[in-house]
Amino acid sequence: MSEFVYLDYNATAPLRPEAAAAIARALEVTGNPSSVHRFGRAARRIVEDAREAVAALVGAAPGGVIFTSGGTEANNLALAGCGRRRLLVSAGEHDSVLQAAPDAVRVPLTAAGTVDLAALEALLGEAAGDALVSVQLANNETGVIQPIAAVADCARRHGVLVHCDAVQAAGRIPVELGALGADLLSLSAHKIGGPQGVGALILAGDLELAPLLRGGGQERRRRAGTENVAGIAGFAAAARAAARDLPRQAALAALRDRLEAGVRGLAPEAVVLGAESPRLANTSCIAVAGLSAETQVMALDLAGVAVSSGAACSSGKVAPSRVLAAMGVDPALADAAIRVSLGWASEPSDIDHFLDAWGSLYSGSAAARPRGSAPAPRPEAMQGFSNGVSTDS
Amino acid sequence: MTARSEALIDKAGAPARRGIYLDFQATTPCDPRVVEAMLPFFNEKFGNPHSVQHAYGWDAETAVERARGEIAALIGAEAREIVFTSGATESNNLAIKGVARFHRERRPHVVTCATEHKCVLESVRRLESEGHRVTLLGVRGNGLIDLDELAAAITEDTALVSIMAVNNEIGVIQPLAEIGALCRARGVHFHSDAAQAVGKIPIDVEAMQIDLLSISGHKIYGPMGIGALYVRRRPRVRLEPLFDGGGQERGLRSGTVPTPLSVGLGRACAIAAEEMTSEAERLWALHRRLYDGLRARLQELRLNGDAERRIPGNLNLSFGGVDGEALIKSIPEIAVSSGSACTSASVEPSYVLRALGLSDAEARASMRIGLGRTTTAEQVDAATAAIVAAVTRLRGEGSGAARGGGG
Repeated sequence: MSEFVYLDYNATAPLRPEAAAAIARALEVTGNPSSVHRFGRAARRIVEDAREAVAALVGAAPGGVIFTSGGTEANNLALAGCGRRRLLVSAGEHDSVLQAAPDAVRVPLTAAGTVDLAALEALLGEAAGDALVSVQLANNETGVIQPIAAVADCARRHGVLVHCDAVQAAGRIPVELGALGADLLSLSAHKIGGPQGVGALILAGDLELAPLLRGGGQERRRRAGTENVAGIAGFAAAARAAARDLPRQAALAALRDRLEAGVRGLAPEAVVLGAESPRLANTSCIAVAGLSAETQVMALDLAGVAVSSGAACSSGKVAPSRVLAAMGVDPALADAAIRVSLGWASEPSDIDHFLDAWGSLYSGSAAARPRGSAPAPRPEAMQGFSNGVSTDS
Repeated sequence: MTARSEALIDKAGAPARRGIYLDFQATTPCDPRVVEAMLPFFNEKFGNPHSVQHAYGWDAETAVERARGEIAALIGAEAREIVFTSGATESNNLAIKGVARFHRERRPHVVTCATEHKCVLESVRRLESEGHRVTLLGVRGNGLIDLDELAAAITEDTALVSIMAVNNEIGVIQPLAEIGALCRARGVHFHSDAAQAVGKIPIDVEAMQIDLLSISGHKIYGPMGIGALYVRRRPRVRLEPLFDGGGQERGLRSGTVPTPLSVGLGRACAIAAEEMTSEAERLWALHRRLYDGLRARLQELRLNGDAERRIPGNLNLSFGGVDGEALIKSIPEIAVSSGSACTSASVEPSYVLRALGLSDAEARASMRIGLGRTTTAEQVDAATAAIVAAVTRLRGEGSGAARGGGG
């Protein structure tokens, strides 16, 4: 990976060596965990050991862990299986929540990217009982961390269940299911350096869950289908490594800060979206008015630096960011936002490469752009732009 | 032979240390060639195949699309008709619930069969609770459906017929082409759970007029956690997705497609396409060797399911007067099962065998043996000797069923 710089960890993270080793070992084991013979029991042991490791990452009980095919299935299972008639979702949720609950009430975000707690309180008052609210722990585009404990307090007063999509947060901030107060929590292996194709929905209590996939009695009848043994083993190894590496997040934040400072040094008009809220250490959402995200991402790719604009999920289509729109970011500025996300293998030299490449594209584009939208700093706007969201307000 | 294939034989073979694995209908070892194909995508070629903006994503996408082509080629489909899923359980849930729910208003009727896999039966049970009408066909004594009964079951409001290609417990092959022709003539979609068939017998979705077909990775020497659903494009089959989200897989199945696993499934299909004919011959020889060996030395041995219309390597046998569980426990070095792995924790006798007309006692006297790619003649001979000795001993003890086995 010497010539390429990967800074798109929120899309997928490279597999951690611990996970690769665990997968390779598990692939050598033949056996269906449901089989009662010794081959089956060996596979079962791998799955149950993994259940403990994944539970430990988020301070949950192993019995609450339901392995799924990934974060999308976990989110769909939570919303469809919780048995609550009314659903509330924050406007900044991932598509696997928003699309799975198209009729859900949308809880607005503040300009800072956090869920609007006053609005939530009012909406929960209307919903009362028989409802579930789904709020992610950290946003995939901005890295903004949501006040889940406050959301849960509020929900509990109204007898409403809380689902928390912790796909981007797990392994990046300490997660204690009990302290969060969420009833259901979604995880994805490949965002923490585990393999693609495995995730988990974690239940805090004895919640009755209606399965989405029906068939054999796997996962305590909550998710049918032969367990992805090697994938689950890799997930567990990644969970252990991510928990061990949590103290490294401070160093990652320092790298991220250097990156943002570097960009601002090159382009004082650059905006870091969501920066005034608590954020993940690894994520930076940066926009320069008039410099299209598409142009930046393609130019960076040519220079060997992988970043993205918005979420990577919309199968081949780059749609405008719903998250930034929900924060009230001006559409023109949102179109200019790129997401740079770091992770377990990121190094200081990655930041140097990024800044070199970004600096070239920035100065190149400055010459090419028509007058009027040139990135020359506008003194009166500089302060407002330098660290905030939008100056529209 | 490479070091890796020796390792494979060791893990699924080596009688001394690990026992003999004869449960290939429950799961198959991941072929070393499949592992080799996947490894680069676990390591240096990681990337989200939906990241369309950088080279990491493009490499992943190219690999996923190539795998899609390999899967399609094995069943006579087009690459774009293949939807990746997490396995056959999801494929079956998606096909059955997806098609039925799409047509719930005008065609709320679904037809399936009593010997289907649990995930098919549980899916139609769920549909029933949502207001759909379900017809469960019986089977004849040989495990095959009666085509006249199927024809009579299809009505004007039937949306879907779901009949498995090969049964997971008794290995019989349903008359797919005849079912397909019947469904096409009556304007009804035909889904087939082919988890136990693909890669073992030739499947051609055109010739057999199959509209939806479920595939499992880990039943064909590919990885666990991946499967596929074939969804016909012409005439187009429409269905509701089970998962919503990023809209991957043409909106039919949201969620990041796991690149290494899809590459593994593709490779497994390519290997099967190449080796199916010769491997079937080899397995038939082992199959006969085992069956003939047992028949020559044991009385009251009965093969469950049609003797001819079956896949090679699957033997579901009833040993008169011997409890299947006791027999399995008394040969701990031979890994076989009493039925489907997905229901092996269940104490109920096999519903598949009951559907063939076996009594509870007869069903309880049964054992499923599955031979596969790593099975050798030596293993078959060792298993034959162990089974003969155990059955003889259990019968000698009088009521093996009551007493249970040693070990």
